[in-house]
Amino acid sequence: MSTTFTWAFTDSWTMTRRELAHWARQPVQIVVGLAFPVMLLLMFGFLIGGGAGVEGDYREYLVPGMFALTMAFGLDATMVAVTQDLEKGVIDRFRSMPMFDGAVLVGRAAADMLQSALSLAVLIGVGLAVGWRWHGSFAAFLGAVGLLLLFRFAMLWLGIHLAMVAGKPELVMAVQILVWPIGFLSNAFATPESMPGWLGATVEWNPMSATATAVRDLFGNEGGVTSASWAYEHAQLLAVLWPLLLIGVFFPLAVRRFTRLSR
Amino acid sequence: MSDPATEAIVLEDVHKRYGEKRALDGLDLTVRRGTVHGVLGPNGAGKTTAVRVMATLLRPDAGRVRVAGCDVRTQAQRVRHRIGLLGQHAAVDEELSGRQNLDMFGRLHHLGARGAAARADELLDRFGLGDTGRKAVKQYSGGMRRRLDLAASLVTDPEVLFLDEPTTGLDPRGRTEVWNAVRSLVGGGTTVLLTTQYLEEADQLADRISVIDSGRVVADGTADELKARTGGDRIDVVLHDAARLDAAAGMLRTAAAAEVVVDADRRLISAPVTDRMAALHRVVRALEDAAIAAEDVALRRPTLDEVFLRLTDDGNRADDRAEAAV
Ligand SMILES: Nc1ncnc2c1ncn2[C@@H]1O[C@H](COP(=O)(O)OP(=O)(O)OP(=O)(O)O)[C@@H](O)[C@H]1O
Ligand SMILES: [Mg+2]
Repeated sequence: MSTTFTWAFTDSWTMTRRELAHWARQPVQIVVGLAFPVMLLLMFGFLIGGGAGVEGDYREYLVPGMFALTMAFGLDATMVAVTQDLEKGVIDRFRSMPMFDGAVLVGRAAADMLQSALSLAVLIGVGLAVGWRWHGSFAAFLGAVGLLLLFRFAMLWLGIHLAMVAGKPELVMAVQILVWPIGFLSNAFATPESMPGWLGATVEWNPMSATATAVRDLFGNEGGVTSASWAYEHAQLLAVLWPLLLIGVFFPLAVRRFTRLSR
Repeated sequence: MSDPATEAIVLEDVHKRYGEKRALDGLDLTVRRGTVHGVLGPNGAGKTTAVRVMATLLRPDAGRVRVAGCDVRTQAQRVRHRIGLLGQHAAVDEELSGRQNLDMFGRLHHLGARGAAARADELLDRFGLGDTGRKAVKQYSGGMRRRLDLAASLVTDPEVLFLDEPTTGLDPRGRTEVWNAVRSLVGGGTTVLLTTQYLEEADQLADRISVIDSGRVVADGTADELKARTGGDRIDVVLHDAARLDAAAGMLRTAAAAEVVVDADRRLISAPVTDRMAALHRVVRALEDAAIAAEDVALRRPTLDEVFLRLTDDGNRADDRAEAAV
């Protein structure tokens, strides 16, 4: 039993090394991947200006929202990577070897989490450079980063599962469109109060809004929102519960689907 | 009943469907340890499906499949410890170098970091890939990629090796290299199951051959047995004068063991015979007596191509006719 466990760990590490070796061969792709959210942040922060319903400094409001949005867009990156991977013949070889079944997925997960953590670090740097500040304690800062990565982790397993369900790249394209409503039907750019009632409610209950609100709170970036809705009041709880729920559902589904792939 | 001590692969009445399509339709196959078994079949016969079932990549709908003494359904992981697979399509990571690939597979076979690195070097040398350096596999030629793929399937000297059309797309030199590699493996006791569309390949490498079509075995035996089964030796007579074809065909019928084939365009008469030399004497003498001039008289064995076409084509033609009639 203990050897099985050790192997699961060793195999997962081998598959993570594989992803890192891919990075080493595609430095440009990595840089582009890191630059994209920075570009979005600068675009929304400077070109588009103020957000609807936001009082006070828009950048204080926007930057944490962009952190959450970047984590949400990770869903897209994961789906593309998984589909490309499953198209590759090497997956057949992995599956014909006596390795830990989930290692391929763990490798994917580790690489994507690492990429997102890096991306988040870069964004925080750029945020600080354009005048965003956090006002809370360092512990609260770490808590916020933790919530963002937890949300990314949920997007990861959702992405892996959706990519396998869709199967073909053409279908994945269709599923990718799903990322946009998650991203933009959120409070990343504007407050729910500024939207029509039904839309505002949808936005408030969006898992990404919960994460965005919770990290704004932890960073001490108020942005002048005075909503008294339940979802808003309990954003930190929801920012933990939503991802855990998504992980609880999609992690086992994804692993099961992978082990039964094309059988 | 099969004996696991002597049988490396046993398939009994294996079925696999894709929707309405029966890819495997009652496939039976037995491969003795330490032998090379050829699986011959036309496109769509079910060769790849059979290999994928044996290599634990595909779950059969019904039937029993044992590889290296283990059941592929209930003991998949044990089977995976004992097999190597060279699939029909490249199964290496194209983004990495050959060394990185072999090193990765070695680690996944739990050879440890040092063991995997040493094994990678050894295999790269053995397959003439030692100086490919950091180059990614996607920049390799087709032959290099195939050799790397073969090397990857040998990372842990497998008990049973599956080769699905190992030389398709290779030039004659690449083909010879793969053949030599297979021969040297068998010397070391590995059991090899090889699918191919090249009859020459099966003839060269395989101890026994199963011809499959529409997901089941239509014939099996050694190459010689298969050749014998479709009529054995034949006498081919090419006449000088097409006008004498009927007369000559009549004479050959008395010497033939089965139906005589007449090809008027080539002025050729072909007759299956059982007593090679005696039949040849009789035919030559009869032609002389009747003053029929022959351009060529030849005694020959059927080629495996003929055997193959004969065994697999009848059914297809019947299908075509049925479809045409609809
Ligand atoms: N994933 C699949 N979905 C649907 N049908 C399939 C699938 N894989 C194979 N088939 C069908 O099953 C039959 C057997 O296919 P298989 O690939 O085993 O043939 P093969 O003998 O390997 O052919 P080839 O010489 O072309 O490689 C074919 O009719 C094929 O169309
Ligand atoms: Mg095939």
